[in-house]
Amino acid sequence: MNGRRIRVRGQVQGVGFRPFVWQLARRFGLKGTVLNDPEGVLVFASGEDLEQFEAAIAAEAPPLARVDAVESEPCDVRADDGFEIVASEGAGAETRVTPDAATCQDCLCEINDVNDRRYGYAFANCTHCGPRFTILKALPYDRDQTTMAPFDMCSACREEYGDPGDRRFHAQPVACPDCGPRVWIEPSSGGDAIVEAAARLRLGEVLAIKGLGGFHLAVDACNADAVALLRDRKRRPGKPFALMGTLEVVCRYASVSKTERVLLQDVAAPIVLLRKGEEALPEGVAPGQASLGWMLPYTPLHHLLLQAFEGPLVMTSGNLSGEPQVIGNAEAIEKLENFADAFVMHDRDIARRLDDSVERITPHGPMVLRRARGRVPGTLPLPEGFENAPHIAAYGGQMKAAICLIKNGQALLGHHLGELDEALTWDAFVQADADYADLFDHHPEAVACDLHPDFSATKHSYSKGLPVETVQHHHAHLAACLGENGWPLEGGKVAGIILDGLGLGPDGTVWGGEVLLGDYRGFERTHWLRQAPLPGGDMAQRDPWRNLLMRLDQAGMADLADQFLGVCPVDLLRQSVTAGVNAPMSSSAGRLFDAFAAALELVAGAQSFEGEAAMRLEALALEWEADVEGYPFDVRDGEIDPAPLFRAWLQDRESGVEAAKMARRFHVGIASVFGRCARELVESGRAKAIALSGGCFQNALLLDLVARELQDLPVLIHTKTPANDGGLALGQALVAAARWDGRRA
Amino acid sequence: LAHGGGGKAMRDLIEGVFTSAFVPDAMEDQARLMDAALQEPGARLAFTTDSFVVDPVEFPGGDIGKIAVCGTVNDLAVGGARPLWLSAAFIIEEGTEVALLKRIVMSMKQEADKAGVRIVTGDTKVVGRGMADKVFVTTSGVGVIAPGCDLSAGRVRVGDVAIVNGVLGDHGAAILAARGDMALSAEIQSDCQGLGHLMQAVMHAAPGVRAARDATRGGVASVLNEVAETAGVSIEIEETALPLRSEVKGMCEILGLDPLYLANEGTLVVFVPEDEADAALAAMRAMPEGREATVIGRVVDGMAGRVTMRTLFGGARIVDMLVGEQLPRIC
Ligand SMILES: [Fe+3]
Ligand SMILES: [Mg+2]
Ligand SMILES: [Zn+2]
Ligand SMILES: [Zn+2]
Repeated sequence: MNGRRIRVRGQVQGVGFRPFVWQLARRFGLKGTVLNDPEGVLVFASGEDLEQFEAAIAAEAPPLARVDAVESEPCDVRADDGFEIVASEGAGAETRVTPDAATCQDCLCEINDVNDRRYGYAFANCTHCGPRFTILKALPYDRDQTTMAPFDMCSACREEYGDPGDRRFHAQPVACPDCGPRVWIEPSSGGDAIVEAAARLRLGEVLAIKGLGGFHLAVDACNADAVALLRDRKRRPGKPFALMGTLEVVCRYASVSKTERVLLQDVAAPIVLLRKGEEALPEGVAPGQASLGWMLPYTPLHHLLLQAFEGPLVMTSGNLSGEPQVIGNAEAIEKLENFADAFVMHDRDIARRLDDSVERITPHGPMVLRRARGRVPGTLPLPEGFENAPHIAAYGGQMKAAICLIKNGQALLGHHLGELDEALTWDAFVQADADYADLFDHHPEAVACDLHPDFSATKHSYSKGLPVETVQHHHAHLAACLGENGWPLEGGKVAGIILDGLGLGPDGTVWGGEVLLGDYRGFERTHWLRQAPLPGGDMAQRDPWRNLLMRLDQAGMADLADQFLGVCPVDLLRQSVTAGVNAPMSSSAGRLFDAFAAALELVAGAQSFEGEAAMRLEALALEWEADVEGYPFDVRDGEIDPAPLFRAWLQDRESGVEAAKMARRFHVGIASVFGRCARELVESGRAKAIALSGGCFQNALLLDLVARELQDLPVLIHTKTPANDGGLALGQALVAAARWDGRRA
Repeated sequence: LAHGGGGKAMRDLIEGVFTSAFVPDAMEDQARLMDAALQEPGARLAFTTDSFVVDPVEFPGGDIGKIAVCGTVNDLAVGGARPLWLSAAFIIEEGTEVALLKRIVMSMKQEADKAGVRIVTGDTKVVGRGMADKVFVTTSGVGVIAPGCDLSAGRVRVGDVAIVNGVLGDHGAAILAARGDMALSAEIQSDCQGLGHLMQAVMHAAPGVRAARDATRGGVASVLNEVAETAGVSIEIEETALPLRSEVKGMCEILGLDPLYLANEGTLVVFVPEDEADAALAAMRAMPEGREATVIGRVVDGMAGRVTMRTLFGGARIVDMLVGEQLPRIC
């Protein structure tokens, strides 16, 4: 045999892999062929330096590729015609689509080069960058099936597209000023759209800007009046705005570590939460927050706009309150006309709405807060033991809905959809369900969902006519954490510290602050926060003071509660608890954070956005850098009672201790009590490791404190999927797969 | 009241409390019914039954007897029937005060008179302590549907307008307030009332009326969902259009309850063609049961069975049927 058959697995289609192999082959003087097939890329090669060639395939792969395996075997290779790219083979070939990617350096140079034909062009892209998932209408991923279909390539673009030696070989969205999409501004005074947009922004106007996965609303981030105007128009009093700036600008306003810089510059170009830096932006950008969410420009349009504007921009999603981001031009004008003074439009349609991803760097690695643009539809390999997992679809939670499909040892965790109570989001959920099934060639044998009967996703699950596996909310959080850490199916039990908002327990009460001892298949609840009523149900989520009232009453401090919360309808709520009117019992950790935020008077009445109280509490605690002793808890027979915490807080308060120190003592107290409980399980040999999951672990300080408390033990944390409900579906799918396996056995 | 096995105490109770109030001239065990409306060619009989358990049995704005009459009268009325005759059966817990029973019976009588119906037959059983909670009432009703009148949810179509006759959730709020002994600033009265006359007026003013539903347990939200599902249409309501008493709104806010799901006992939703909406509204507003009648939404093209509410800020929230009890969902 004269050559080798080389199989390349991973994310290797639609990323310029075949031309890359073609160029490599030429470099090594090889003969043979390369093609796409349902399993990935297949190479037949003969020549001298085959070993080096194979090594280079993995080592030098194109930027958007992810090589999982290179397998090779001897083989006869017909080698008369040099090295060729040949047509795809087999059904399912070329069906992959990769996540959208930020503009690459090469394309950026072109749009800034006066002599380049793409100088100043807002839609330059190549095989290494540009839109992918957001322009995909149907599979396979060919230009005809994208929103680039209406644009006929000019001869120059066609040449690039057809040349294996070109960076744009088979780049589906390839375009230039002669043949591609164009940008304009409405209303316009006739000048260059970008120049006019920058001028309007400088005047303090609000602009709606069409991006990759939806419209943004933009204002000059340095202009406090413009920021206030945007808040007023959007009726969004407190929720932090995301910001966009060039790296140089970001570094002026934020303190950026090396790893944070790498994350900012990642091809996914997520919003990265960064501590405030030297120069300050108006407080209105993110009231009461220690961190701001920054992203770099990720399309040529953004680059051109920021070059013209020369400063930081607020870039918040363009939507009506609660609704998903708008994506259509007509829709934008209809819905955003009261928000925006002008619209920066373009004529390349957005096929799929994708929010910006939100991430941060903690001392323990990256943290994903919202998984969306740039990250989906990327897949995750499943742990050992799930190689033969059946096709399972899992439908997640209610508020940060995301769908997960698994099959053959891979998981596709879909994008952040939002609140399923919202009609348009529900439509997007149903569409995503069909889309991802198509994309992943997925035919579920079973579906998985939460125990909560009134989650929209639960109802959806039962409508499918397939076996339904219901998974307890916090068991799903635990399993998601195990799964993304590659914990094997038969890896043994772990202790899961699950600190969360809330989820229905099998006993009909509402859980949310637990230690679960278990694995993918099942769990037992070994510790839990002492339950307190949630007076008013979901209203207890909105109003932190309700939780403080209940915790103070429980700690025997009702008199203080009367004084402290005198203006609130405390008696009526107490009566509703006695009468059992909408006051379910809950061990929620999130509500304990809310209660303590209310104790420190961080949020007076209702929260203006979800998580506000906890975020302010974290920000405050970060202001106290010295070591403190954590507030005490009583632990008895598995129950973790925060009553002593509130008594100690009262003493602190009376002796005039700084609020920041109290916030710190609260964090340390929770971290050490839960850490202690989980440690016991490991040290007694009942658990092999400790997993940290649940929405409270978006709090980087809490994560750090718990991880440090347990630093001598194996600890699993979320770094690739959200610890919040955005990762829930992954856990549900894994639990269902583990149980399904048992059922088949 | 003593446990009765058909003895004298029982006979005294029945004669003294029930028969005298409802059918003073009845000598027979069965009611024999006659009404001119039955004679019209094409007229149809409507027949319905319902059982009532309410805790507490007396509450601001009514009692179990009033509900038992109104509930069955309203069941008939929203089907397009003119309610004519009722039966009433009572299961009474031993030890229940006779005075309470008398009050209940009197309120039934009063409500029946108001609705123009007669209680023509009935039954009474007394059971041991703890086997019932004070008193349970079952009423059945017969009415006549005029020729050509055909009200059904299946007839509702895109473009129709949804009208309610008055404020939402008063009954549910009143019961909660009465049961929980809660320190509510203002006393909320149940909306318990018969809707027979109101429905007759609506059908007269808007002959094209498609359907009507009595929004009892599960509230207006459940009615809208049932209609949307049956008719295979979408219904869109406006948050700002929902008629709510400020006390009820305030109480719902504090207790975390959604007034759309609160029970009513005198609230209906009628679906009328758009061009008859004004006439229907005017007719309703002319009557005490409909003084606060208002359009809350309309039937739109969209996913079959979906009900949405346009909120204050312009988003559209799905108003779903609840599967479980209202449990918190925000993680
Ligand atoms: Fe959760
Ligand atoms: Mg009935
Ligand atoms: Zn590029
Ligand atoms: Zn071109």
